[in-house]
Amino acid sequence: MEIPRHWRIKSQRYGLVGEVCPHCEIKIFPPRDVCPNCGGEAKEEYIFSGRGEVYSFTSLYDGPAGFEETTPYTVALIKLEEGPVVTAQLTDLGDASVEIGMPVEMVTRRIRSDGDERGMLIYGYKFRPLGLGPR
Amino acid sequence: MTSSEKSSLLLIPDRPVGFIGYGAYVPRYRLPGSAVARVWRFSEGGSPVKEKAVAGLDEDVITMSIEAARNALARAGIAASELRAVWIGSESHPYAVKPSGTVVAEALGATTSVSTGDWQFACKAGTEAIVAAMGLVGSGMGKYALAIGMDTAQGRPGDQLEYTAGSGGAAYIVGPADEALAVIEAAYSFVTDTPDFWRRQEQKYPEHGQRFTGDPAYFKHIHSAAETLLKETGTSASDYRFAVFHQPNPKFPQRAASLLGFNDEQIKDGLLVPVIGNTYAGAALIGLSAVLDIAQPGDRILVTSFGSGAGSDAFALRVTEAILERRGKAPSTAAYIARRTEIDYGTYVRFRGKLAMK
Repeated sequence: MEIPRHWRIKSQRYGLVGEVCPHCEIKIFPPRDVCPNCGGEAKEEYIFSGRGEVYSFTSLYDGPAGFEETTPYTVALIKLEEGPVVTAQLTDLGDASVEIGMPVEMVTRRIRSDGDERGMLIYGYKFRPLGLGPR
Repeated sequence: MTSSEKSSLLLIPDRPVGFIGYGAYVPRYRLPGSAVARVWRFSEGGSPVKEKAVAGLDEDVITMSIEAARNALARAGIAASELRAVWIGSESHPYAVKPSGTVVAEALGATTSVSTGDWQFACKAGTEAIVAAMGLVGSGMGKYALAIGMDTAQGRPGDQLEYTAGSGGAAYIVGPADEALAVIEAAYSFVTDTPDFWRRQEQKYPEHGQRFTGDPAYFKHIHSAAETLLKETGTSASDYRFAVFHQPNPKFPQRAASLLGFNDEQIKDGLLVPVIGNTYAGAALIGLSAVLDIAQPGDRILVTSFGSGAGSDAFALRVTEAILERRGKAPSTAAYIARRTEIDYGTYVRFRGKLAMK
């Protein structure tokens, strides 16, 4: 059981809530309270738009513990339009083939259950191909 | 109209309210009726629907509610922190104990000054939440309240419900009428104890009373609710450009509409069951979102839900000018329906957890 670990980062996981540096204005994700660019204190909340593009990707057919029931799936590095790169699963691909540079948008999905079917459900960001319309 | 002059039956808050935002959600997978028929070879008739929407492996009422609510917030143009309630009606809450609403409120950014709760009244849990939201906003307790009807509907393998039990729903933000894209002129709730369909604690699939689900349940409650609303508001079917009814299959709402004096033209745009199935607590509300996507200022809309057990909530709506600039701010219901990946029965069985993994 890893309840505190998941609970602590729920805002960034559910809604891509990061930080913006008040000194150099760089956007920070995940939030770390210290700017990785200028080293200044950066605690101001910033909600990312959720739009970005695939920087690189790979498909998993043999998932790690907790992900066995959802294989196969594709994990990608997503370059957010504000700059940071995050690692996340792609979802709702349908028959679409994944390509580097493919525009994607964030959705909040069920990631896995903590342990067996009695465990808490863990939700967080995934990305899907852009194209439904405005948000 | 002062309180003493109001009809004693209608639900009309002291402060006029309406929908200031709405948002639909339909998952992308579709199971054709023919795929169900191929496996179960039912004796009578074919599939009542072309296909139904099926939630993916990483979707449930919480994730679907989050997306519909984000669409509703985009149209409303308010911050999530302005919501004083996040209420979700469903038959498929992922937890037996632990609210869906807390996860949804947190994901939207609506925490911490917010009332949150999950509603249960079979297929009318979503409209029940809307009635409560009307009370909260209409009494002045809060300016905005979010009410959602969403389901990943259950049906036992081999039951006729397998054809129709679909996934989807819609979210509505209730707020002051002067900010509304559709004003709620009146609501009316009609309830009796009628055991037409139920699911006992810890049971995976619902039971239903076969033909008992028709006349004494669906038709009696829908008809009584809509007829009383029409009578008490002094309106008739011809005053409404659109009507939306709970839609467990295509035939029931068509017959209910016809008995109340509505024609096919008035119900066709809100009749989504042939292409997404019966989304239970989401069914009437996503029918309404499809209508709001095309309605014009001044149009009147009658919406009547039905929940087994049993009851109906009926609403008389009037669309305002605000619809024109707000509806384009989020994906339309039609865009979600057009996004489509067909799956076979085996994939459906896996997606819906009907496959024993251990």
